[in-house]
Amino acid sequence: MANLRDIRRRIKSVKNTAQITRAMQLVAAAKMKKAQDQALAGREYAQRLTQMLYDIRKNFGEESNPLLERREGKRELVFVISTDKGLCGPLNTNLARKIRANTSPDADFVTVGRKLRILCEKLGRRVIADFTVKDPVPFSQTRPIAKFLSQQFLEGNYDKVSIAFTSFVNTLRQEPEVVTLLPIRGHTDGEEQAFETIGKGFNVEDHKNDPQYDYLFEPSPHDVLAAILPLYVNYEVFQAVVESRASEHSARMVAMKAATDNAKKFIKELTLEYNKLRQGAITAELLEITTAMKAME
Amino acid sequence: MPLQLDIVTPEKKVFSDMVDNVYLPGADGEMGILPQHAGLVTALQPGEMRYLHHGQVVTLAIGSGFAEVTQQKVTVLTDMALGEGEIDESTTEDAIQRAQEKLASPEHSLDAEEVAYLQGIIAQSSAALHLKRKFKR
Repeated sequence: MANLRDIRRRIKSVKNTAQITRAMQLVAAAKMKKAQDQALAGREYAQRLTQMLYDIRKNFGEESNPLLERREGKRELVFVISTDKGLCGPLNTNLARKIRANTSPDADFVTVGRKLRILCEKLGRRVIADFTVKDPVPFSQTRPIAKFLSQQFLEGNYDKVSIAFTSFVNTLRQEPEVVTLLPIRGHTDGEEQAFETIGKGFNVEDHKNDPQYDYLFEPSPHDVLAAILPLYVNYEVFQAVVESRASEHSARMVAMKAATDNAKKFIKELTLEYNKLRQGAITAELLEITTAMKAME
Repeated sequence: MPLQLDIVTPEKKVFSDMVDNVYLPGADGEMGILPQHAGLVTALQPGEMRYLHHGQVVTLAIGSGFAEVTQQKVTVLTDMALGEGEIDESTTEDAIQRAQEKLASPEHSLDAEEVAYLQGIIAQSSAALHLKRKFKR
């Protein structure tokens, strides 16, 4: 049985831990609110942009813009968005598992976030670039990433570019996802389901029966496509980063809340045990005194 | 009122309701859109857009972007969409000046994309200013 002083020491240390986790919880909660707002605000735009591409898909062939071109090769580049810091529950582990299941085993990586970059390096995968993005996410910092990814694709270094990120569902739920960014699959050839998007905004099934139009283009189909596709890539990258951030802060908030609650429960149990022991000690002492008195009489 | 108009920016959904007509600053000049318009996708220039909503003409300053038109629907995607009341003259002027200074500064060489971005800011801020001043008079 532990003695009184040991228990007192443990209560103190658990209390300290609880204080720290509580502080982290509050910080994460404040950041979470901002990040969630940003993620939700951007969804509408990203969704509309996707819809626009989807609507005009029949007016274009694969050959009308290099960003649409499908290639035979299998070289894959994966853009991974993880967190810089840990203590956010199973977020990064889940994402890593998803990546292992859904990308080719010899893919190269571009990373945002320290955690999975370190993992990639440990596993001996090639990380060709690493970006840092501030918090809250400014659009100007994701633009260079989108540019880099498009460049790698256009120069023919890779035949496919995917984004691995954590999609924000709600505060308690975040889902790891791997989505193909390039080539943009806006056209149809019997596999419309392949039209993926960030943030669950756009569901192909919902739009299957939309009326089809022959669109006019101004100034010209080529110019419109040349402007809209890079914009689409920019926004998909931005939205993926924003979603991941919202997920990160939500996950951390929840993890830290759980930690604080656990610590509090633990303190309660320890205090109970401490009081029991203390009472036991007092009773024993009293007993000793009374027996001694009885013996004197 | 048979035309559904949606105006969306990256920050928020600015407007979504039925309107009678829409005028947009297209890449090749202003275009008016009435119900039953042919399907159209156009690039937008920074400038003014107008629409008739419950008998009232509403004017917004918008940035560059895209618009998709179908027979019953107009979707406007743009970087900025501000009504006259939302525009603050001095901050807008500041934005223009900052962008111009950055463009003019010889220290850091800007790549083409950066230049286009700054020019976009100048163009959309100018459009906002123009609208504000028009209503003042």
